Amino acid sequence: MFEKTGIPNAEMVMEKFPSIERINQGAVAVVECYKEIPCNPCQTACKFDAIKVGEDINSIPEVCFENCTGCAVCLSKCPGLAIMIVDGSKCSDKAEVKIPYEFLPLPAEGQIVKGLNREGRHITDVKVLKVLNPKSFDRTPIVTIEVDRKFLYEIRNIKAEV
Amino acid sequence: MKSAELAVIGGGPAGLCAAVSAAKSGAKVLIIDKNKKLGGQLIKQTHMFFGSEKQYASVRGIDIPDILVNELYKYKENVEIITEAAVVGMYEDGIITVLEKEENYFKLAPEAVVVATGAYEKALSFPNNDLPGIYGAGAVQTLMNVHGVKPGNKVLMVGAGNIGLIVSYQLMQAGVEVKAILDAASKIGGYLVHASKIRRMGVPILTSHTVKEAIGKDFLEKAVICEVDERFNPIDGTERVFDVDVMCISVGLAPLNELLAMRGCEMKYIPKLSGIVPVRNENYETTVENLFAAGDAAGVEEASAAMVEGYLAGLCAAAKIGYMPKDFSDRKNDYVNQLKNLRSGPAGKHISEGIKQIIGR
Repeated sequence: MFEKTGIPNAEMVMEKFPSIERINQGAVAVVECYKEIPCNPCQTACKFDAIKVGEDINSIPEVCFENCTGCAVCLSKCPGLAIMIVDGSKCSDKAEVKIPYEFLPLPAEGQIVKGLNREGRHITDVKVLKVLNPKSFDRTPIVTIEVDRKFLYEIRNIKAEV
Repeated sequence: MKSAELAVIGGGPAGLCAAVSAAKSGAKVLIIDKNKKLGGQLIKQTHMFFGSEKQYASVRGIDIPDILVNELYKYKENVEIITEAAVVGMYEDGIITVLEKEENYFKLAPEAVVVATGAYEKALSFPNNDLPGIYGAGAVQTLMNVHGVKPGNKVLMVGAGNIGLIVSYQLMQAGVEVKAILDAASKIGGYLVHASKIRRMGVPILTSHTVKEAIGKDFLEKAVICEVDERFNPIDGTERVFDVDVMCISVGLAPLNELLAMRGCEMKYIPKLSGIVPVRNENYETTVENLFAAGDAAGVEEASAAMVEGYLAGLCAAAKIGYMPKDFSDRKNDYVNQLKNLRSGPAGKHISEGIKQIIGR
């Protein structure tokens, strides 16, 4: 179905997530690259040897969750915008999620925006905690949102109303 | 008659890289491009490129021409550039004819040529496909990303290959609503990371669907689509109507290489390379000696591969006319390996198979 719709199923998504224990320890990358394509900038971007594509650049990136510091440098480097950062260390009922967001207007810090799932469906409202858009991100801003933990595995996008 | 050692026809990704590579080897290079600005299709690609560092992965396409032109500038004593000039003929005696700025017609007798003329967009037949509002994806990108003009307000994208997916995303970035993306194939043709990116914006991707007809008096007002069976025949009763003022046709590219055919290169129809392509050797030299082809003109592929093909063809063309650098084998092996790597996965399988059918001599 994924190849017909572009929507990965729950099982595929879960395979890309680290354990909840790891998420509760602090920020970590979730790399949603499901199909082999010739691409490896995530590996090049990572300073902590946490993402490995290997010799064959068509291989699917493997994330070493132990090495990953959740620094988010890979987020704005992934041409497929397939990476997000999840962090469950801040609060017991909420998680912080960082996503790349290349649309205008950028949401404001503190703003409540629509949280969307992988189909683009509005599943919950989320609070924008931070918006980073430095030159080094090369026009791929990173938005940090606070989301109810029960949507941790579903949330994947936001929509900031004009 | 103007003289030149190496003429590079087309200043897109393949042509610019061919010029850089040949100029680096010491050859005097003349780049001829029909547009005002060098870069070919790169000048509208606002998205980040795939591939690896050597093919400028993560860099936005729009920023690559500057990188390559800066690279050319290092060898500026070896490079001449003519823009707004179309090569209109290539003849058996090696003469090339050029029409510059629609008025200055001149002849050229280069020792070697790299043809990097790119590709053209395929069309789709359906009733009223000539209504205003029905564009090729390239035109939509030109309007939007080069001139800053919105092509319309509500779009139906036809084609879920990489271009269809990327242009849909760019349309949404420009504030245009994309109603749906459809494709006659039963699976999404483009990279699935692109598809997921659009899907999570809420845009449906309708595989096994085609356009039945366009409706409108003076411009496009509605598009009628329907499902197709495995043999691409429309299924009655599955029609759906979309209120759209733009239909963007992105059903693939075909190699643009009539100049090679005119010059007498052996050409072959290779569906896996998207059309009629020149028979060539592993150095990208065609069956006509000292005439090389690179990029989409030699078979439609991603821009990353076009750039590496350009580097390889430029290196080999320069070597053929006497500019054999000391590090020739190292450079050649590097380019060959890069191409092998780009094509070794499932996404490049059809390309590798197509190339096997075309390598001659």
